[in-house]
Amino acid sequence: MLGFLFRRLGDIIPTFFGVTLLVFFLIRLIPGDPILMLAGERGVDAERYAELQAQYGFDQPIIVQYFDYLVGVFQGDLGKSFVTKKPVIDEFLTLFPATVELALMGILFAVFIGVPLGVLAAINRGKWIDHLTMSISLTGYSMPIFWWALLLIMFFSTTLGWTPVSGRLSVMYFFEPVTGFMLIDSLLSGEKGAFSSAVSHLILPTIALGTIPMAVIARMTRSSMLEVLGEEYIRVARAKGLAPFRVIMVHALRNALIPVITVIGLQVGVLLGGAILTETIFSWPGIGKWIIEAMNRRDYPTIQGGILMIAFVVMTMNLIVDLLYGVVNPRIRHKR
Amino acid sequence: MKANFVKVALGAGLLAATALAAPTAASAKTLVYCSEGSPEGFNPSLYTSGTTFDASSRQVFNRLVQFKRGTTTIVPGLATSWDVSADGLEYTFNLRKGVKFHSTDEFTPTREFNADDVIFTFMRQFDKEHPYHGVSGGSYEYFNAMSMPDLIKDIVKVDDYTVKFVLNRPEAPFIANMAMDFASVLSAEYADVMMEAGTPEAVDLNPVGTGPFQLVTYQKDAVIRYKAFPEYWEGPAAIDNLIFAITPDSTVRYQKLQAGECHVMPYPNPADLEAMDADADINLLSQEGLNVGYLGYNTAKEPFTDPKVRKALNMAINKDAIIEGVYQGAGSAAKNPIPPTIWSYNNDTVDDPYDPEAAKAMLAEAGYPDGFTTDIWAMPVQRPYNPNARRMAELVQADWAAIGVNAEIVSYEWGEYLERTKKGEQGTFMLGWTGDNGDPDNFLAVLLGCDAVGGSNRAQWCNEEFDNLIQQAKTTSDVLERTRLYEEAQVVFKREAPWATIAHSIVFEPVRNEVVDYKIDPFGGHIFYGVDLAE
Repeated sequence: MLGFLFRRLGDIIPTFFGVTLLVFFLIRLIPGDPILMLAGERGVDAERYAELQAQYGFDQPIIVQYFDYLVGVFQGDLGKSFVTKKPVIDEFLTLFPATVELALMGILFAVFIGVPLGVLAAINRGKWIDHLTMSISLTGYSMPIFWWALLLIMFFSTTLGWTPVSGRLSVMYFFEPVTGFMLIDSLLSGEKGAFSSAVSHLILPTIALGTIPMAVIARMTRSSMLEVLGEEYIRVARAKGLAPFRVIMVHALRNALIPVITVIGLQVGVLLGGAILTETIFSWPGIGKWIIEAMNRRDYPTIQGGILMIAFVVMTMNLIVDLLYGVVNPRIRHKR
Repeated sequence: MKANFVKVALGAGLLAATALAAPTAASAKTLVYCSEGSPEGFNPSLYTSGTTFDASSRQVFNRLVQFKRGTTTIVPGLATSWDVSADGLEYTFNLRKGVKFHSTDEFTPTREFNADDVIFTFMRQFDKEHPYHGVSGGSYEYFNAMSMPDLIKDIVKVDDYTVKFVLNRPEAPFIANMAMDFASVLSAEYADVMMEAGTPEAVDLNPVGTGPFQLVTYQKDAVIRYKAFPEYWEGPAAIDNLIFAITPDSTVRYQKLQAGECHVMPYPNPADLEAMDADADINLLSQEGLNVGYLGYNTAKEPFTDPKVRKALNMAINKDAIIEGVYQGAGSAAKNPIPPTIWSYNNDTVDDPYDPEAAKAMLAEAGYPDGFTTDIWAMPVQRPYNPNARRMAELVQADWAAIGVNAEIVSYEWGEYLERTKKGEQGTFMLGWTGDNGDPDNFLAVLLGCDAVGGSNRAQWCNEEFDNLIQQAKTTSDVLERTRLYEEAQVVFKREAPWATIAHSIVFEPVRNEVVDYKIDPFGGHIFYGVDLAE
């Protein structure tokens, strides 16, 4: 197991290096000079332009700039934002918990709704329940996030008044963040009603973000279950007279879950991508919104740092998923 | 609201109930503003975006002179009065006494506002050797853009309550520059304390100003909180707390406004205006913006060197169709290069009529009976003065085709667009301008003066008669005389037609009914001192 872990860690380093290379050069290929973007219609004279170039290090050859950047990265320094002049890593760490909280809720929603839906559809194959759940999942999969999010807001917030429109907490509560996770911080604050306000703010973004992964998971669970339910050991289990519930939940589901876990792992990337839209619509102060804004302003250090950190998180998640296989299925662990 | 509570009790129960009940629990008056984005920082001299000014200069700071709320009129601020020397080279400001600065956790002021604060504020930006010049990146783009480094010769402390600015040349718009956001006065004492503590950047992150609101906390991308400063020199604000709930999506801002989660929102989506107007809970305010959207001719390039050609093309453009199709009604036709909210706007000029037949005849007279081929450059970005340049270019293209002028639409990435138009690669181009300080000079000299050719004068238009008038207006501080000169300059502009003036946008701001005395700021700012909430 330990050898496997080290081998996988060994794979991560060149990938990480590749990401720095790609990100650094790709964003410089996007048209748009950050200095001119900053200056806008008012413009900037040649002398001042040269000063700013020197300040941002753009007067150096690009290879030197890349090398400087790389040295910084390996020392944990992602540079300072051109716009806010603050260290990128600090901004990332401030905003990341919000994204994690949302993504975590999204994936929980996706799993706890998606898996039962898939199982339900599989055991009722061809019946109306099957058709209904699969139509729901197809609709969910095809729904553009921003549109779905606005529909949710218009219905639940504006029309029914059940949930708040956007944000992470009612502006009437005020406490300094401790962990950055609003559910935890609101409890720690001891302010009455803060926790339920945090929960109510999470509901719609969670649904908006979790819908697509939920649909994918439901479909995957269904097909995987159907495959397993046709296996001989299931027939044996049934012939032995085991309770149908036990056959499905223990014998079938456990084996059907392996490909589903792969899909869940892959959904982490989808979730982070979806977070960009969800965060923008729900005014959620996370990294998705942050990176989009940085792109519009050609804030190179922030884009580079943000993407690098996301890549790092996705790689780590994939590693964890690989390790999880071993937990679900010991044979995989021994094979490697 | 009552109906909401019933639904809540029946439906979501406890969750939503707390979300809605919390505001009523607070007895203090709290105004929530759904702002459109996050500020870059809290020192207005370091940045140029309106979002940052809203969060800093417009609530936390004051300037020597200020704009009267809702107007472009200059009134005393931290200076009670000022004198200009006869040669126009010296501006002496008499400072207000008894003005207090805010306190923070790290800093409690021991003295009131005085000349040292003014010297610190401007020397930091002006003097490259100043210990604070390089702090927080040290780029003072607005100070530079207003040519302050060339203009200022020296800043002198005459006594504790008198400061003199010595200029290199007479410049009447100087006083208007002093009312701009970058000229917000910071505390010199706070800067000293922070420098000693080894954290000079704190000055730009945790602002200490003299303004009506003091910053309580900023949670990045989420919320900014202010409280009213009880010792504010104009008297404390009517509201106790001011909260900026950062909400980037305009549709969501509107939903929040409807749900009562905020009281004021900026930049509504044009498609929502009709619904907002019909909403009984919402008061839709509107005002002409301090901007102009135009189509400029490259007057250094054939055939646009001939004013007749430019006039002819002007007459071929159907402005009403553009205002309907591009501004969706949220604009008014422009005839002068300055908006009507600016003093010296010449209402007597006559706009070129929309008359394709006359246009065709004039074109023939200029030697182009069969028209010609050219290009129209369309900006790649959306701006209040031009919400959709591509669409506008298409409409103009069709109008011109009707008189035999075939134009190809060209577009570049924004930075590239600005650079190339500066160099004059275009035939005709679209652009616009939003005023910085409400002075006509800020439009006429910046965009049309001979000095600005190769810079922001992208029409490359240098007309001696026009330039003499605006240069003369710069050197006198007599407003009546300046008005006369600018009015005349507008007549010359209209006759020579270096641009087709298209439109001034109309700014809309929906506010909830309980908001009392909110005024639209002509500079596009959002100012909450003077605003109240009805019980």
